[in-house]
Amino acid sequence: MNPPSETGSPSPNPAESPRYRTAGYDSDAQLLEVSLGPQHPSTHGVFRMNVALDGEDVVKLKPVFGYLHRNHEQIAEQVSYLGSMPYTDRLDYFCSLSNNWAYAAAVEKLAGIDVPERAEYIRVITSELTRLVNHTSFLGFMLSDMGAWGTVLMYAFREREKILDLFESLTGSRMMGNYMRFGGCRCDLPPGWLEQARKVVDGYPAFLDEMESLIATNEIVISRTQRIGRLPADKAVNGSMTGPCLRASGVNYDIRKVDRYGIYDRFEFRVPLGDHGDCYDRLMIRFLEMRETLKILRPALRDIPEGPVMDPKARQRNLRPPEGEAYARVEAPKGELGFYLISDASDKPYRYRVRPPSLINLTLLEDLCLGEKIADVMVILGTIDIVLGEVDR
Amino acid sequence: MGITAKNFIASYTKPESLITEEYPEEKPKLPENNRNFPFLVFDDDPDAGLRCVSCKICERECPPQCIYIVQERDENGRPVKQPKVFDIDISVCMSCQICVEVCPFDAIKMDQEYELSSLDRFDPLIHDRQRLSKSNEYYHSIHPAEAAAVDAVLAEKAARKAGNKKAADNES
Ligand code: SF4
Ligand code: SF4
Repeated sequence: MNPPSETGSPSPNPAESPRYRTAGYDSDAQLLEVSLGPQHPSTHGVFRMNVALDGEDVVKLKPVFGYLHRNHEQIAEQVSYLGSMPYTDRLDYFCSLSNNWAYAAAVEKLAGIDVPERAEYIRVITSELTRLVNHTSFLGFMLSDMGAWGTVLMYAFREREKILDLFESLTGSRMMGNYMRFGGCRCDLPPGWLEQARKVVDGYPAFLDEMESLIATNEIVISRTQRIGRLPADKAVNGSMTGPCLRASGVNYDIRKVDRYGIYDRFEFRVPLGDHGDCYDRLMIRFLEMRETLKILRPALRDIPEGPVMDPKARQRNLRPPEGEAYARVEAPKGELGFYLISDASDKPYRYRVRPPSLINLTLLEDLCLGEKIADVMVILGTIDIVLGEVDR
Repeated sequence: MGITAKNFIASYTKPESLITEEYPEEKPKLPENNRNFPFLVFDDDPDAGLRCVSCKICERECPPQCIYIVQERDENGRPVKQPKVFDIDISVCMSCQICVEVCPFDAIKMDQEYELSSLDRFDPLIHDRQRLSKSNEYYHSIHPAEAAAVDAVLAEKAARKAGNKKAADNES
């Protein structure tokens, strides 16, 4: 005699319960299809998911993107090399300076341009500050996806604002930097900028401690993220995932270490790795990365040499790189950001291709969500950290 | 909870936590590098003193192609180094500053005016030559360091030109 189970099902064998019988999905008679988005507050932009639900469990998930498609690659093939620099700001609008760097690096490789040392330092400093901006606002958005509307987001934005002020006084714009140029940076640091940046960097650990004590041991956060959306390492590698999400699954792959591009070989920092690859790991790895970023920023702000910020021989206008192709990548806050260019010796690229980390990380969304509850889909999507400007281009 | 309370109290008492600016009454002080939309610099006279020589480099280089220039012609139909029409569609302009960088005559610079809303979607957003022309003093007031550097370069250029002319006069 079997005791009745909690759900009142007469059979103790869950495989025979009506709920699990539909899990073969050969008939969708009992599945409920929900279209999440595109105007959903948690989809981080205009992004839609077609979800098939069995009860509350996700059995199928189809991401639908393209709502924000702007023909970025085709436009870049119509304007000069310099002209697509401002467009790269608009890929991942949280990290415009990393995008600038990746594009500038690709053109520099193509045309064989050198970068002066001071400019290399500025690039490292700005793109690490960008990483702070991105991860900080990620935490805020993540928590508001989980229902903590406002408070944490405002704390995060308060810190982010300090860095955006730095960006504004350096590049002229808070988010659309358009700052790097082929062979260096557009202008030198304004007077007093380094001190201001040091002050922000010195104040950051206190903020991180505060955030961490709010999040790391919070019961709600733990129950909503631990063991949710697990991604095993082999699947992450097969899906070409990069960035913090890949490292949360325990794969040691950071392009700053693998390629040692720029001057990253001069700094001591470690690459934090996760154990389980669940949402909690993906959340906490951002904290660890920010602490490592501070370890890069402090010596960089201390050691930055005097000197020019532009290679005087580099042309910006009418740049005609020799025929050939180049691929350059950087470790953007969200993952590997690469630009692939083919030159036919004219002043426009013959082919221009972006490898956006958000889009490629997003392709694994279904694997992460299968079998999870519908309410967790938002959390999982949040931890992947996408920006639709980059996904749709 | 404790942290929230601490931040809540600090947001009323500590000056470094009182970060909200009461916008219309209190305007933010913009950093010098701040940029918004381009404007044209003139030296003394808003008409003849316009630095722009209508070379159309910026028109060609502007990535979203939002500048429209027609060159002025004199009564004989010969081109004059002045723009007759100089329109910028600020609903298309993306404040990228590329026009400023490519202009060889330091004629176009970035403005910091941001209260530009209008009731109509079309005409008020196309800024014409008259609206775009602003004096060098205004340029000095928003970008003091940059404007001083530009003035120095222009003065040097003028001096060199004058020197060349003198040399040519002496030779003849
Ligand atoms: S603003 Fe400068 S680049 Fe544009 S037409 Fe005038 S002189 Fe030429
Ligand atoms: S700022 Fe950029 S978009 Fe605007 S007019 Fe100048 S070049 Fe064109």
